[in-house]
Amino acid sequence: MDIHMENILDHWRNPRNSGIMKDADIIFSDSNPLCGDEIKMQLKVKNNNIKEVKFLGRGCSISQAAADLLSDYVKDKNLNDIKNIKNEEMIKMLGIEIGPVRIKCALLGLFALKKGIYLKEGIKMEDSNLNGQITN
Amino acid sequence: MLNAEKIKKEFPILSKGLIYLDNAATTQKPYQVINSMKDYYENYNANVHRGVYRIAVEATEKYEEAHRVIAKFINALPNEVIFTKNTTEAINLVAYSLGMKLKKGDEVVISLMEHHSNFVPWQQICKLTNAVLRIIPIDENGNLKDFEKHINKNTKIVSITHASNVLGTINPVKEIIKKAHEVNAIAIIDGAQSVPHFDVDVKDLDCDFLAFSGHKMLGPMGIGVLYGKQEILKEMKPFIYGGDMIKEVNINDTKFNEIPWKFEAGTPNVSGAIGLIEAVNYLKRLEMNNVFSHTQQLIKYFLETSSEITNLKAYGPKEKNGLVSFKLGRLHPHDMSAFLDELNIAIRGGHMCAQPLVNFLGEAAVARASFYVYNTKEDVDKLVKGLKKVKGVFKV
Ligand SMILES: Cc1ncc(COP(=O)(O)O)c(C=O)c1O
Repeated sequence: MDIHMENILDHWRNPRNSGIMKDADIIFSDSNPLCGDEIKMQLKVKNNNIKEVKFLGRGCSISQAAADLLSDYVKDKNLNDIKNIKNEEMIKMLGIEIGPVRIKCALLGLFALKKGIYLKEGIKMEDSNLNGQITN
Repeated sequence: MLNAEKIKKEFPILSKGLIYLDNAATTQKPYQVINSMKDYYENYNANVHRGVYRIAVEATEKYEEAHRVIAKFINALPNEVIFTKNTTEAINLVAYSLGMKLKKGDEVVISLMEHHSNFVPWQQICKLTNAVLRIIPIDENGNLKDFEKHINKNTKIVSITHASNVLGTINPVKEIIKKAHEVNAIAIIDGAQSVPHFDVDVKDLDCDFLAFSGHKMLGPMGIGVLYGKQEILKEMKPFIYGGDMIKEVNINDTKFNEIPWKFEAGTPNVSGAIGLIEAVNYLKRLEMNNVFSHTQQLIKYFLETSSEITNLKAYGPKEKNGLVSFKLGRLHPHDMSAFLDELNIAIRGGHMCAQPLVNFLGEAAVARASFYVYNTKEDVDKLVKGLKKVKGVFKV
């Protein structure tokens, strides 16, 4: 088996960043109704920087591993920088080829995170707004 | 059992080692079906019911023959067979034509195990007409629970699936139809998963309507069937207006054609109907009781050989029609089916277009292996071997 896939399975089996966060500053849940993947992103924010990240979710290995990898990736990052994370960056973190069917799984956590940040600023984002970033 | 090894050779797509186990979604097509459609397009493609030249006559005759062949297959009259795009369109035809006459307080009865195509039309029609939608629940074994309790003097329509595409349950539709008729309700049967698997006789069932899809029974996509009792069809309003369904058009009004044509507006799917003739002939040669017992044995074999896989949980009643839905620990069915795909095994994972049911099972998605006439015990062996591999890799 491919080492990247091995890595994904490892994150799926033993997520490093999964759990409930008390007094989170930003919470956003998103789901992928077609496959039933669910991700809830929880953030603690200080001076516009992410101090802590935890996610809760259920679903396929790609959606769950992506959320876990993403949680590591965004720690200490500025909220504005997170808004600019490209979809390709998420796919690169996973390290495997993601076909058109699984792309929604791969991006579920990232979209939830961005939607949560935007919502905090009073902006409601839809998948269609964020999908556009695939080709950015 | 059928000689599936030999049958497989008649399906071009299966000649390259594909283990196809998503037959409840759609079946593969034998060369007889494919060739009959090619023959039509190469030799007598013409619109039907219009031209007087030879190929137009030939195409028309063949299209009408298709009505006769399908009628005989389900023990109906040729003018009781309406061609639609699929089961979904067949059910919508009834829902719009009869359902729109519902009034406040009238009741429509469906069940929790309906495919979305027999769920959403009624849910929406009830919203439009203020009728009440009643949903028969299911028990822990995957059978309908006390259907009689939900049919009463207010019931106008009962629309129930003959066989579940998730659980494999075969419902007691004959009793349900009888109960519906006791209160003068119309009884509609979703035969998408029954007609491909066993003999369905509309006279014996006494259903008012039966809907099914050609593509789930070796036929092409884009051709489906709505059977309706002729006395009801004659009184019913068309659902789609246009050409072919008219007898006479004047500026102020139109006289509609006779049944079944008044329900088949516009240029129909002639090649699809021709392919469906061959599909039905193919099944008739195999004989439906053999088709049924073949998949029964494959199900039994799968349940036996997979029983040693711990954490594999099968859903539905003991007696299943054509398929087994299951889960393997916490593994998401999409992970499972993507992995099996690498081994050239096609199974389905998801909510199976039956979200209310799958949610009732406490899941967002399940995996499903569904069998048909060309599947062998070897296919099942490969699936079980594949599942063991999946289990090892994902450690579930
Ligand atoms: C029980 C049942 N009803 C209806 C349908 C819908 O069939 P179609 O998509 O051909 O309209 C299906 C197919 O998935 C089915 O399994």
